Amino acid sequence: MSLLLQFLFSGLTTGSVYALVGIGFNIVYNSTSILNLAQGEFVVIGGLMMWFFLEGMNLPFATSVALTLTVAATVALLMERLTIKPLLKKGDLLLMIMVTIAVSILIRGLLMFKFGKDPYTYPPFTEGEPLVIYGAVITQQTLWVIGITALSIVILYLFFNKTMLGRAMKACSLDIKAARLMGINVSNMVMLSFIISGLIGAIGGIAITPISLMEYDKGAMLSVKGFCAAIMGGLGRGRGAVVGGFTLGILESFTAGYIHSGFKDAVALLIMLFILFFRPAGIFGKTETLRLRKF
Amino acid sequence: MGKGNILSLLILTLVIIIFPIVIKDTYLHTIGIFAGINALVAIGLTILMGYAGQISLGQAAFYGIGAYISAILSLHFGLPVILSIFLALLVSSTAAIILAIPALRLKGHYLAVATLGFGEIIHIILHEWGPGGPSGFGDIPKMNLFGYTFTSTNDYFYLVWMCVVVIMIFSLNLINSMTGKALQAMHGSEIATQTAGINLTKLKIKVFILSSIYASLAGAMYAHYVTFLSPSSFSLFHSVLFLMMVVIGGISNIWGGIVGALIITILPEVLRGFKEFDILLYGLILTLFLLFMRKGLVPMTIDTYKRWIHR
Repeated sequence: MSLLLQFLFSGLTTGSVYALVGIGFNIVYNSTSILNLAQGEFVVIGGLMMWFFLEGMNLPFATSVALTLTVAATVALLMERLTIKPLLKKGDLLLMIMVTIAVSILIRGLLMFKFGKDPYTYPPFTEGEPLVIYGAVITQQTLWVIGITALSIVILYLFFNKTMLGRAMKACSLDIKAARLMGINVSNMVMLSFIISGLIGAIGGIAITPISLMEYDKGAMLSVKGFCAAIMGGLGRGRGAVVGGFTLGILESFTAGYIHSGFKDAVALLIMLFILFFRPAGIFGKTETLRLRKF
Repeated sequence: MGKGNILSLLILTLVIIIFPIVIKDTYLHTIGIFAGINALVAIGLTILMGYAGQISLGQAAFYGIGAYISAILSLHFGLPVILSIFLALLVSSTAAIILAIPALRLKGHYLAVATLGFGEIIHIILHEWGPGGPSGFGDIPKMNLFGYTFTSTNDYFYLVWMCVVVIMIFSLNLINSMTGKALQAMHGSEIATQTAGINLTKLKIKVFILSSIYASLAGAMYAHYVTFLSPSSFSLFHSVLFLMMVVIGGISNIWGGIVGALIITILPEVLRGFKEFDILLYGLILTLFLLFMRKGLVPMTIDTYKRWIHR
């Protein structure tokens, strides 16, 4: 029982990050129909830049978070303005998917150049005794990760449904032409979608690094798993990615715990292939609603 | 096959014959061999991307299947090398069929993500279950054909590039056949091609299988040359490298595959002193090509040449 709970909580922790990356996929997909395969790199940027400001430059915690988020938003902004915007009007999906791969390698290369191949970590946000529930040990950082993820989801929900800007973005995802006719600046909304998805990736990275360490080449796998989370819930559906992310995290943690840790990564990949082949609209979705339901 | 292609094939053959005679450096021969092996993969990927309009991020997996299956069959089961290569091609084309049939029926670029996932799964399988696990295994038999064993780099250089020429002739013929015409039509307009009574999905699947066969042939040639394999040679990064070869050489011309393979193979040798930069550099080159030289080197050269002629 205690072991089961332990795996459950470790699954929820990693699942949080998958959920955040998955939401990032959805936000960009909704505004551009692009799969941004550089999504996972923003988690790595979050973790490594946070280490740089916090440990490398000895800045206070809040300042470090602010600076890290600024860096992530800037990278996302540059990515969108310099690579996505010039190519988007060509309407070539092949080209778009390749350019996101190119940017992901570029980011990885920069991170490796700056940080090398070593894993990095910093102390948890709060020092203190871990919680013990039925024999399972839950560190305070685990609660931070899950809490921050939940908070991010709530904020995003409010943003997309209650603010003018968020609703404008939602309008773009439903029908770009109609949105443009309503006077919405679609190009700015696309830029904003990249910035938001970059930010939530970085938030995930900042929160998870004290638990799972961060190194320059983790981005590719995070992208794949975030994408897996997104399609589990049906690509483009925000709430789907959350459920998908947590489910994936828990399945992975059980596989690592009960079967073999080497197959942990294979779980996500097998689920992904299974869904692509048999349930392309996601486990919970119907094919007809594939493009209709949004965040 | 047009005049230009026949001429290019003749020039290529001539260069292949002369290269080892003029240059005696074994190190350069070895680079030449690797360039040829990469070219085999790149030619297949160019046909898939440039003609079928699909993208594969798992070419390294087929490359790996070709290498591992052929190596294991010849090493542990004592099969003749040529037979084990043939069986390896059979296995990888089966895998390609299983992957392509569901993925290509979907819209958008599901094949990209499906192949990416497939590639990572194969990488994990090689890591966990491959002989020697993560550290790999050696003593793979050298290539031998009809009782002749290829031990010198010189001989192997000729063998690899002979394969490239044969594959090239086959591919050029394919592109100029009815199938090739259908592929080109599909690139123009999918709906129009379908209306003309061509089964697009079937066509895409065929091309995908073809590209996987080229990749696994290259993998087998690699295995029986270096005689040592480890999973690290078949990672996602290698799939991206194959992709880069196609983008740099030119997606719309299969000669681009050869040019791209040469450049990407030689590049790390030239940049030996910049080991910390290499990923950064690859990312930069790929990004710049996609942004500013989308057509790739070969089509760009042809365009410049044509403009120069008509001036």
